[in-house]
Amino acid sequence: MTAALETRGLAKRFGGLVATRDVSFTLEQGARHALIGPNGAGKTTFVNLLTGVLPASAGRVLLAGEDVTSLSAEARVRRGLVRTFQINQLFGDLTPLETLALAIDEQLGLGGRWSHAVGGDAVVAEITAVAERFGLADVLDSRTDTLPYGKQRLLEIAVAFACKPKVLLLDEPAAGVPEAERRDILDAIAALPVEVSVLLIEHDMDLVFSFARRISVLVDGALLVEGEPEVIAADPRVRAVYLGGNDHG
Amino acid sequence: MWVGQALARRARWRWAEIVFWLAAFAALFLPAGRHLILNEIAILALFALSLDLILGYAGIISLGHAAFLGLGAYAAGLLAKHVTDDPTVGLALATVAAASLGFATSFLVLRGSDLTRLMVTLGVAMLLGELANALPDLTGGADGLQGVTMGPLLGLFEFDLYGRVAYAYSLTTLFVLMLVARAVVYSPFGLSLMAIRRNRLRASALGVPVHKRLIAVYTLAAAFAGAAGALLAQTTAFVSLDFFEFHRSADVLLVLIIGGAGWLYGGILGAVLYEALQDALAAVTPEYWQFWIGLFLVAFVMLGRERLTGGMRGLLARFGR
Repeated sequence: MTAALETRGLAKRFGGLVATRDVSFTLEQGARHALIGPNGAGKTTFVNLLTGVLPASAGRVLLAGEDVTSLSAEARVRRGLVRTFQINQLFGDLTPLETLALAIDEQLGLGGRWSHAVGGDAVVAEITAVAERFGLADVLDSRTDTLPYGKQRLLEIAVAFACKPKVLLLDEPAAGVPEAERRDILDAIAALPVEVSVLLIEHDMDLVFSFARRISVLVDGALLVEGEPEVIAADPRVRAVYLGGNDHG
Repeated sequence: MWVGQALARRARWRWAEIVFWLAAFAALFLPAGRHLILNEIAILALFALSLDLILGYAGIISLGHAAFLGLGAYAAGLLAKHVTDDPTVGLALATVAAASLGFATSFLVLRGSDLTRLMVTLGVAMLLGELANALPDLTGGADGLQGVTMGPLLGLFEFDLYGRVAYAYSLTTLFVLMLVARAVVYSPFGLSLMAIRRNRLRASALGVPVHKRLIAVYTLAAAFAGAAGALLAQTTAFVSLDFFEFHRSADVLLVLIIGGAGWLYGGILGAVLYEALQDALAAVTPEYWQFWIGLFLVAFVMLGRERLTGGMRGLLARFGR
């Protein structure tokens, strides 16, 4: 079976600095895969290369076997490669309703229409479904920046979900969320449909080990090791560079 | 279903809007004497509405918006002089000409910072002004385009000395283009522009084709500005190099900032306030009104900073306070 997402020899250099070195990585269909690594390991650069925010210096990115290396960020989104953002990058003075409508209109290919107001049965039905799935129905019409942080993080995932991802990159989805609201995020992530292949980029080891069935460790821009959670937790190199000896097995 | 209703509410006509348009059209029946200035206000408002589409909604700042005003004015003026004196044909031609220029130059404003855009737009307007100056056989050069005479509007209404027909013409054009602008900003296209202005990277991560949308809105705004230029040329029966000048671009930016960018009526409100202020100051201190208007603007901008949306906010942050 073709991998959902694959990179071959992916590299990124900023002048003399090598941020990503020769990363060949495979995300299987329906994966629940986590990418971990210490600060400065190049996780963000790797995500930016995958999503097309940064052009790669070398190597290729394949989405469902199709080479997307030269495609723009938005073209990749339309092919089903969608990401969430680590720190809040939502449109603060728009409502969740508008934000979801925006994503859904683009998804349905209606984003360029100017002769009709935002709305329509298909869009309304989709917004309603997504809002209910992520527990946002009661806050849809409030300004996004007035929502509790947990709700904003849920909206972040909901918006990505509204783009109908085949591959979803979750960039630290629970970072900064108060303990009381954390459960909702974890539940939302756990309830993602099986046909969506998920790559979780995360610092939080509890989340990683509860979610992932496979883990890759990025160190210094290169893949150090990849394997099942028990293998990673037991790997002495990983413990040395990353886990600091704590037992997460 | 309430989601559908909440979305529909965005585009709903507000009472204030309806009252405003009724009042604006009722002003046609005022006794003669104010229509010339009302006509000027309507044209300035249309020009500012055009700028609002790119600055207030898409976040593209421009210091050369007069390029489109000037091109529209010359297109309408030349058509009237050489081909037909039908005003509506001139209006249509000017709109198409300015839209073409907008499309062609939109590729220059897709990338780069606000500062780059200021320089590029300024440069385009200067180029066109100099081009008009260098072609005196066509444009009349520094003397301006003489001998522009207009036929009756729709073949029925002669332009009168008091500007009543002119005001009716400009106001109707403003109204129709406001309907277009309204449709645009409340549409999915308009929503995607608002997203681009707020966070371009984020918009593209939702699948918004940023460049395509910016090209479209820049072309549309240029068309609006071209229409304003045509109205100005036709209702004053004169076109000069001054139409391309920097002060035109700067004035319209000030008008939009006074009225507030990004809510459609900022251009109209700004145009009314700006003209009223200019009028009042000129009456009190004919020699020094520009001093007072400058002082007012400085005070206004310092106190009303939160009204400066999008590009202006970025600009202020860049240059410090």
